[in-house]
Amino acid sequence: MPTYTLEVNGNSFTVECEADTPLLWVLRDHLNLVGTKFGCGIAQCGACTVHLDGVGIRSCQFPISSIDKKVTTIEGLSPKGDHPVQKAWKELDVAQCGYCQSGQIMMAAALLDRNPNPSDLDVKMTMNGNLCRCGTYNRIQEAIGLASEIRRDSSSNNEDLKNT
Amino acid sequence: MERRKFLITSASVAGGLAIGGYTLLRAEDLPNPLEALLADGQIALTPYVIIRSDGISIIAPRAEMGQGIQSTLAALVAEELDVALESVEVMHGPPSDVYRNNKLYGQEVLPKRLLRRAGKRLGIEFLPPQFSQLTGAQSSLRDGYVKMRKTGAAARQMLLQAAAKQYGVSVDQLKTDLGQVFLPNGRKVAYTDLIESARDIKAPEKVKLKPREQWKKLGSSQPRADMAEKCTGTAEYGIDVRLPDMLYASVLFSPFIGSGLESFDASRAEEVQGYVKTVPFPDGLVVIATNTWYAQQAAKRIEVKWKPSRYPMSMAEHRAAVEEPLGKGQGQIARLDGDVDQVLEKEEVIERSYSVPYLSHATMEPMNAVAWLQEEQLDIWAGNQNPLRARYYGAKIAELSEDQVKVHTTFMGGAFGRRLESDFVEIAVFAACAVKGKPVKVSWTREGDLQHGIYRPIASAKLRAAVKDKEVLAFDLQLSAPSLFSSAERRFLENINTEFPEQVDKSVLLGMSHQTYQLPNYRIQGFPAKERLLPVGWSRGVGETQNVFFHETALDELAHSAGRDPLELRLSLIEHEASRAVLEAVKKMSNWDNPLPEGHARGMAFAISSDAPTAQVVEIRQSEKGIHLEKIYIAVDVGIALDPRNIEAQVKGGVIYGLDSGINSEISVKDGAVVESNYHQYPLLRIHQIPEIEVHIHQSEEQIFGVGEAGVPTNPPALGNALFALTGKRVRDLPFRKSFDFA
Repeated sequence: MPTYTLEVNGNSFTVECEADTPLLWVLRDHLNLVGTKFGCGIAQCGACTVHLDGVGIRSCQFPISSIDKKVTTIEGLSPKGDHPVQKAWKELDVAQCGYCQSGQIMMAAALLDRNPNPSDLDVKMTMNGNLCRCGTYNRIQEAIGLASEIRRDSSSNNEDLKNT
Repeated sequence: MERRKFLITSASVAGGLAIGGYTLLRAEDLPNPLEALLADGQIALTPYVIIRSDGISIIAPRAEMGQGIQSTLAALVAEELDVALESVEVMHGPPSDVYRNNKLYGQEVLPKRLLRRAGKRLGIEFLPPQFSQLTGAQSSLRDGYVKMRKTGAAARQMLLQAAAKQYGVSVDQLKTDLGQVFLPNGRKVAYTDLIESARDIKAPEKVKLKPREQWKKLGSSQPRADMAEKCTGTAEYGIDVRLPDMLYASVLFSPFIGSGLESFDASRAEEVQGYVKTVPFPDGLVVIATNTWYAQQAAKRIEVKWKPSRYPMSMAEHRAAVEEPLGKGQGQIARLDGDVDQVLEKEEVIERSYSVPYLSHATMEPMNAVAWLQEEQLDIWAGNQNPLRARYYGAKIAELSEDQVKVHTTFMGGAFGRRLESDFVEIAVFAACAVKGKPVKVSWTREGDLQHGIYRPIASAKLRAAVKDKEVLAFDLQLSAPSLFSSAERRFLENINTEFPEQVDKSVLLGMSHQTYQLPNYRIQGFPAKERLLPVGWSRGVGETQNVFFHETALDELAHSAGRDPLELRLSLIEHEASRAVLEAVKKMSNWDNPLPEGHARGMAFAISSDAPTAQVVEIRQSEKGIHLEKIYIAVDVGIALDPRNIEAQVKGGVIYGLDSGINSEISVKDGAVVESNYHQYPLLRIHQIPEIEVHIHQSEEQIFGVGEAGVPTNPPALGNALFALTGKRVRDLPFRKSFDFA
């Protein structure tokens, strides 16, 4: 079997597997990073969302042989689970069963990196690839607004620190 | 008009007190299952509380599928035990009959009148004790509301006695707070420092519970115990279990559910790298490899000959089989007030027909389990609502005794009744037996999950009614569906020696016997489908998801025929206080009496949902892109609200589950096989389609009701009634997307 080297959450890994193995299964079954979930295998549900160089993608659709960018998974989003999106999620008790939430959180984090102050419509149009069967959508919408505020506050605090 | 007494109020609380007290406070009657798990220096006070030198664990023995039950059960214990919720570990614990759910088969799920008539052979005894630790049907709080508080109070009492002994003071000089005992001299002792003194103290026979005014945690929103894990990807679901040298497997199912295997040829699977072996089980093949992807690829290369379908080949035949018994002779009765036949003979009869399809649970986490067979021991890891059933079938397949089987219940990525079954566990055990010594994780594909389900029943209904002088004079509703209990019985019990009387099965009538309407001539009858159809089982809302749709659409039609406002008509038919309260609440919230602008419309529905009175108003708008869901108002009587923020989440989730079943969902059959294979054919609502949902929590304060299902049943009829108000088109068959375009 061929081997592939990839960077995940800042660490370098070498994996021996077939070229067509989707990134999802490399993460889950080879690297034991099971925070990224399997839901459909056809990019319909978004449960497998991870970042490739900061962009949210469905890892079930990317063969390992195509990965030449840095991968970030839910395990690597923040060192202490304190990314603004995670803080907002906890503050509002968003998750119910929680299975889709890794994907939701990764998608929301990618959105805020690209668009720090998304409108309600921006949120809806970015997040509509991520299914949630428990029906946490209202709180996801609310939490992304809160995460945007948290992010703004912390960056303005950083600015204040720089200015003093 | 003879006034019907509202039946659900009294019985359920009394049962919980009696049986809950029995299982907890005479723990010597049943072995404490925690004893076998304790390490040195730990102690179990009751089967629900473990004290370790470094902390306290609370056993919340109901499975966490997203409903937040473990957090609320832990809060009930913590309230009486006087510990901070943030400081305790909450765990599901081992399977045991000690943790039996005394409420699941009470009168709320199997109607009380049925139980009375069928006698003791039904009700709790419907399932043998191997299956008693169940999570589902909104029952966990009704079962645990008193029991869990008594547990906490008993454990606290034992700790007080331990402190009294250790420090030579009397118990009544002691106080507790935040996991500590306060001694008369002002010193504090942590519970975790009382382990040795507590070791031979027996659980008290009786405990006193805090009056509600003294509650510090219950009644206000608590942080969910599982939230941090679920936001960092570290919560472990069945599909996430990792073990050394684990193998991975996928499942190849017969397209014809339950028909079985004729022959197979796996030689081409061997071309796939990492392929290990193919293992037959009664309804398909488990394909084992060194990762899940290889297993899925190998499965595609296996050539199989399946036995022919045991079920009707087309959807039309399934529908015909459901409708066949309707109106033939006397049905099973849910309601019988006045004389419907006499009225309908004299008056002009309004006749209508309704239908709903099979539905899949479509949990986000596909079915899966991990099993590991070693010498004389089987370990099973699975998100499941029924751990004793997993253990029972695990032992049977591996030919072990039940005490050689350990079941580890993980978080569930959704369940909705699907994980009350054990098919996913059984398949994993078949695989484990074929690779003895190595753990194997068997994950179904989404296609396997949707096409090999245990479905919400397909159902049909016929209405015959009469309206005169603006009153509903007669309401005669006939319901038909495959029997859920007979189907479940075939799966649960066919291999064990339990007789089950077919003739008393009234699952077709679920939710219809205890509605609070007082119509003068009112009859609801059920006619189970005779032919064996697709396997059906429990779902979020169970039988009410079909029957409330029929009933509340019918009543809306009759309100229009009578020239009455649908909400006002319902108020005129109901005396029950909590029912009226939720109706008045949605009336106010939605500004019901104020007309909406052009192109907007609203509809409403009411039901006792499981046992919680619920009223829902759906407001919609015609937009260029289709019908837009504008806003939803829902009022639910929860009896006593323990955690308002979680209740709100559950009710909203239920509403959205209901919207999916109303707008989107349908499982259909073609050429004997289920058609829908993945989310492109079984669409679920997405975030941009979700309206604002306003929840009103009403507290009638007589008893406690579960809320996991409450939002579901009234949604599709409220939406359908709004669609009629907007378009003038009455659609009586779900899903609505077949008749309307939604934005």
